[in-house]
Amino acid sequence: MSGALLREEIGTGDAAPRPAAALRRHVPLMLLFLTLALAPLVARFGGESYVLSLLLRVMIFGIAAMSLDLILGYGALISFGHAAFLGLGAYGVGILMSHGFDGAFLQLAAALTASALFALVTGAISLRTKGVYFIMITLAFGQMLYFLATSLAAYGGDDGMTLPRKSLVFGTRILEQPFVFYYLVLACLLGTYLLCCAIVASRFGRVLRGTRENPVRMQAIGFGPFAYQLTAYVIAGTLCGLSGFLLANQTEFVSPAFMTWQRSGELIVMVILGGMGTLHGAIVGAAAFVLLEEGLSRITELWKMIFGPMLVLVVLFARGGILGFFRRGGRG
Amino acid sequence: MAEALLRLDRLRKAYGALVVTDDVNLEVLPGELHAVIGPNGAGKTTLIHQISGLAAPDAGRILFEGEDITRLAMHERVRRGLARSFQITSILPGFSALENVALAVQARSGSSFRFFGDASEEPTLNEPAMKFLDTVSLAPRAHLPAGLLSHGEKRQLELAIALATEPKLLLLDEPLAGTGHEESVRVVAMLRGLKGRYSLMLIEHDMDAVFALADRVSVLVYGRVIATGRAEEVRANAEVRSAYLGEEA
Amino acid sequence: MSTTLLLVQTLNGLQFGIILFLIAAGLTLVFGVMDFINLAHGVQYMVGAYFAAMFSAYTGSFVAGLALALPAALAFGLLLEVLVFRHLYDRDHLDQVLATFGVILFLNQGVKAVWGAAPLFVPMPSALSGSIELMSGLLYPVYRLAIIAAGLGVGLLLYALVHHTRAGMLVRAGATNAPMVSALGVDIRRLFMIVFGFGAMLAGFAGVMVAPILSVEPGMGDNILILAFVVIVIGGIGSIRGAFLAALLIGLVDTLGRSLMPNILRLALDPSMASQTGRAVAPMLIYILMAAVLFFRPTGLFPVKR
Repeated sequence: MSGALLREEIGTGDAAPRPAAALRRHVPLMLLFLTLALAPLVARFGGESYVLSLLLRVMIFGIAAMSLDLILGYGALISFGHAAFLGLGAYGVGILMSHGFDGAFLQLAAALTASALFALVTGAISLRTKGVYFIMITLAFGQMLYFLATSLAAYGGDDGMTLPRKSLVFGTRILEQPFVFYYLVLACLLGTYLLCCAIVASRFGRVLRGTRENPVRMQAIGFGPFAYQLTAYVIAGTLCGLSGFLLANQTEFVSPAFMTWQRSGELIVMVILGGMGTLHGAIVGAAAFVLLEEGLSRITELWKMIFGPMLVLVVLFARGGILGFFRRGGRG
Repeated sequence: MAEALLRLDRLRKAYGALVVTDDVNLEVLPGELHAVIGPNGAGKTTLIHQISGLAAPDAGRILFEGEDITRLAMHERVRRGLARSFQITSILPGFSALENVALAVQARSGSSFRFFGDASEEPTLNEPAMKFLDTVSLAPRAHLPAGLLSHGEKRQLELAIALATEPKLLLLDEPLAGTGHEESVRVVAMLRGLKGRYSLMLIEHDMDAVFALADRVSVLVYGRVIATGRAEEVRANAEVRSAYLGEEA
Repeated sequence: MSTTLLLVQTLNGLQFGIILFLIAAGLTLVFGVMDFINLAHGVQYMVGAYFAAMFSAYTGSFVAGLALALPAALAFGLLLEVLVFRHLYDRDHLDQVLATFGVILFLNQGVKAVWGAAPLFVPMPSALSGSIELMSGLLYPVYRLAIIAAGLGVGLLLYALVHHTRAGMLVRAGATNAPMVSALGVDIRRLFMIVFGFGAMLAGFAGVMVAPILSVEPGMGDNILILAFVVIVIGGIGSIRGAFLAALLIGLVDTLGRSLMPNILRLALDPSMASQTGRAVAPMLIYILMAAVLFFRPTGLFPVKR
């Protein structure tokens, strides 16, 4: 959320979680994944598919938020149009399915390719600008896609479209088995996490982190930021496309509402809630957001009247997110 | 006479009506330590900004090894061997001292579009980086976050980073600014060690240090070079004495 | 497409552009002077419209409603400034984005709680209802002409204020170099409050003006906020002149694009295909325009030097 936070994160010298070391060091993180892995077995006895669908939402938005953290937390690129990729991934499924292409691999390939291309083109334009211009332009590009989706009458327009089924894997309906789909999403989450950890620690990731801290210095040692930022933007967009693919399959529904700018804002909120620039914080943030939304909306239909001021208070008084809060608490 | 490593050809820059670089011609020869001195407001920092690519001149050319680099981006100049340090220390505070230097080594060695493998554990990056830290006697502090180093140590780190880009010419922006007496002695010793091994262009306010170190000195006053020559020639120059040395005395 | 229809659409585009300008003007000043990105600017517009609905229903007169809604919008903006925004001026953009996003969430639901989720309708003042024949065969609603006139009037007033008053001089100086202005011994907090309140009132005014021709509903400020962003990005952040020209440009391109695009495409495609593609492409036009402008001028058409 702020320079101060970033410095705090990095000051401890663990800014770049490493694939192997991260697993060794972060016992809480292992517990998190373990909980997610065991949840279906527990839920089975209670017979609560409600819990599973909640956890699925947490994991799918966790992937989206983590992909955003890659550019927001490690690249200091405040993208306010990230939900566009969620929509691209989802429409990749929906559009192909409405033309009779039911195969998961084809749909996934289309979703990821579309996301990557959109990221490449809009990123190349947006990254020519800086600061607040970048925020507004990413916002505008996201909105452009939203309006495009609402005007696609053949694909449901404003209302979106209900999918006839989940994607087929080798012609089978295996994804409709709740556990199969659940563990597929969990595997995607874990895979995304490990991939992002590797990227952040790699040569590329180090340049990206350096550019976040001091772009002029990076140029003075011979790195032009543009190519690195654009690559990161494309990676983040593609990963978010993956979560869009999963979201469409979870809800069996595709709609422009997936890519409203409010959704982009919510993704930022998730990253911040969990603690920016930590990757696993994105999962925590997604969980916090989904559970808050769920809990508050049980209290009142007007839950955003509670959530909005909470957000303002978090910004004004509780920088560092949930993880930062615990870390400070741990230090006394 | 050897061909100049760096040549400024009638370089000019103005901010509104204020001309800060006024048709500057200047040459830095291979292997020399060339100092540019001048009172505050003479346009020293603007000049180094233009050479390094942080500011664009209004007119004139900058030639490096005969190539016109006037319109090149900063990082492209660095890749051609033109490195700089900053007056206001500009390091990556969250990175360790070693990582700061290792990044500069990384910029020089192979592609940085590698997405796997832990960069902080690559010996091909860390070993040369350690060597450069040792050159500036900062090796014992290698694993400290750079933001926690003392002011003088940050200057040393700054220099190590610049060296790690393997420059043909090193632009140093007031390396003595803001250092205490003890630190400045250390920095001068360090510069003396670099002299001869690198071509250096030094911008400095502290004249005593400059006259002791420099092969040649150029004097910049109100954006214009009023004299260039060996230290003792410049010291004897009447115009320089009245414009600059006089006011200091 | 007939010439008459083209003229009508051009006037509609102008009217839309004027409304956009009223919103973008405050946004660009607030950003230019305070380096503050305010996503909640759109809700000021919404709140203005709601005030107009409330007061005109209460007094039974649109003019009285307008007269009451403007100070109410101003007071509301200042209240937000004191409660939330002033604590954000020295924060980074991400903090500002988040906190003002929270304000939007709250207010969009807030108006629902107070006035209900159903759209409200504000009756048009009788003196301005009806149409006028601008030329033979060209009938145009008087009220929309009034919006254009009022907007141009406000634009001129704003120009005069910014260029010929002391506060305006400070605003211009602040947009170029804020530290310098505070170094001059100006009470920067008061200046910020004035600029902010003024921007809020302009957005509120836009909301009041559109209330009779649009439905007043929760979230009505969200989409127009994004268009206002597009306007100030194209115009150059901090530039009133840029905002004015870009707002008219966007208003015209969007309005004309939506009505002309299918016709233009009909030259190349068959009619049903053309109308489908046209409807899909038209809403994207302004974003494509923005991308094109930024590609050549990354700081907009009229960048304010900083």
